[in-house]
Amino acid sequence: MADYLALFVGAVIINNFVLTKFLGLCIFFGISKNLSASVGMGMAVTSVMTMSSILAWVVYFFVLQPLGLTFLTTIVFVVLTASFVQLLELVIKKQAPALYNMWGIYLLLIATNCIVLAVPILNVENSYSFLKSIVFAIGSGIGFALALILMASLREKLAYADVPKPLQGIGIAFILAGMLSLAFLGFSGML
Amino acid sequence: MKEHWKIFSKGLIEENPIFILALSLCPALAVTTTVVNGLTMGLTVTFVITTNNVVVSLVRHWVNPKVRVPVYITSIATIVTVAQLVLQAYFPVLYKAMGIYLALVVVFAIILARAEVFASKNGVLKSFCDGFGMGCGFTLAMLVISVIRELIGAGTILGIPVFGESYSPMLMMVLPPGAFILIGYLVAGTKTLLAKREAARREQERLAKTSLVQEREVLN
Repeated sequence: MADYLALFVGAVIINNFVLTKFLGLCIFFGISKNLSASVGMGMAVTSVMTMSSILAWVVYFFVLQPLGLTFLTTIVFVVLTASFVQLLELVIKKQAPALYNMWGIYLLLIATNCIVLAVPILNVENSYSFLKSIVFAIGSGIGFALALILMASLREKLAYADVPKPLQGIGIAFILAGMLSLAFLGFSGML
Repeated sequence: MKEHWKIFSKGLIEENPIFILALSLCPALAVTTTVVNGLTMGLTVTFVITTNNVVVSLVRHWVNPKVRVPVYITSIATIVTVAQLVLQAYFPVLYKAMGIYLALVVVFAIILARAEVFASKNGVLKSFCDGFGMGCGFTLAMLVISVIRELIGAGTILGIPVFGESYSPMLMMVLPPGAFILIGYLVAGTKTLLAKREAARREQERLAKTSLVQEREVLN
């Protein structure tokens, strides 16, 4: 049990994917201008990542490893996650149009994103058990959502600040992310 | 020839993937802690983007537009796997240093973007120039970032001490926060430079116009 808790906390704050591993930066800087969009994106990424991790784990340990095809991991996982997201989009569009209106646009952005690909790869690289890889995926997703929501709240406040002209937009966003990352670095001695 | 040079050179500064287009930032921040790592990543991306552009350009007449994105992604993933295997076999130390970011080259936005925007519409030679130029621009950016980070964060370049014994390195620069803050200032710097160039160009145009008007007045 303690094992799982450590893995979860580690994925959420200590090894936060955005702020210490630089993954998912495109979405991070693109979406964080708007708080409500950030919440939606955070939830979409968490659920997609968890489901694709499960799928990738099964494919890796029941197909690729027995057949000795592990060198194909990158290709298989990319195609797997991208096609899974497309399929999910179709299903949601048909079955739950209300949900699609809320999340549909984020799904397309997620299709080929480094964070969605990185979690399944890390799972099999560290040869986590099935349960562990699910915990790790959920933790990473929540960590991503946390960073996104923090950043969005900060940027909404930034609208009232007097930022020097060259730094406006993406420049100040990077420096803010640096400050956040510095704060998250403080957690690194925790476990 | 001149046209090809133009296609090649626009990737270096004008449309630099990192400083101007702000695409594919993950690697730029993650592996630029030392110059060697930054350079390896830059060269790998150059190889992948150039090869992929050539492949996409070669098959562009046979790929149905509806399935083009999956085709491009599969092509990129194959080329990345080749790069991965080569690095693993001949440069195991560098392969370890790149870690997960090497596999993630597959999803770099800049590679897919060049295939979609350029290689799917242009001939092989032009696509090669475009990919090579973008790759060189990417490598250049990686080099700039990693030199600054290694110099300030460790006081060395390529592992050779530069500042002498008395320099105590500013560790933050090689840690994640330093990367974020440095990129923020670099983006701001590039923006200022481009704005200045634009302003100078406008000023020149205005001067040219007024001198034309004055000339006319004199003639009249």
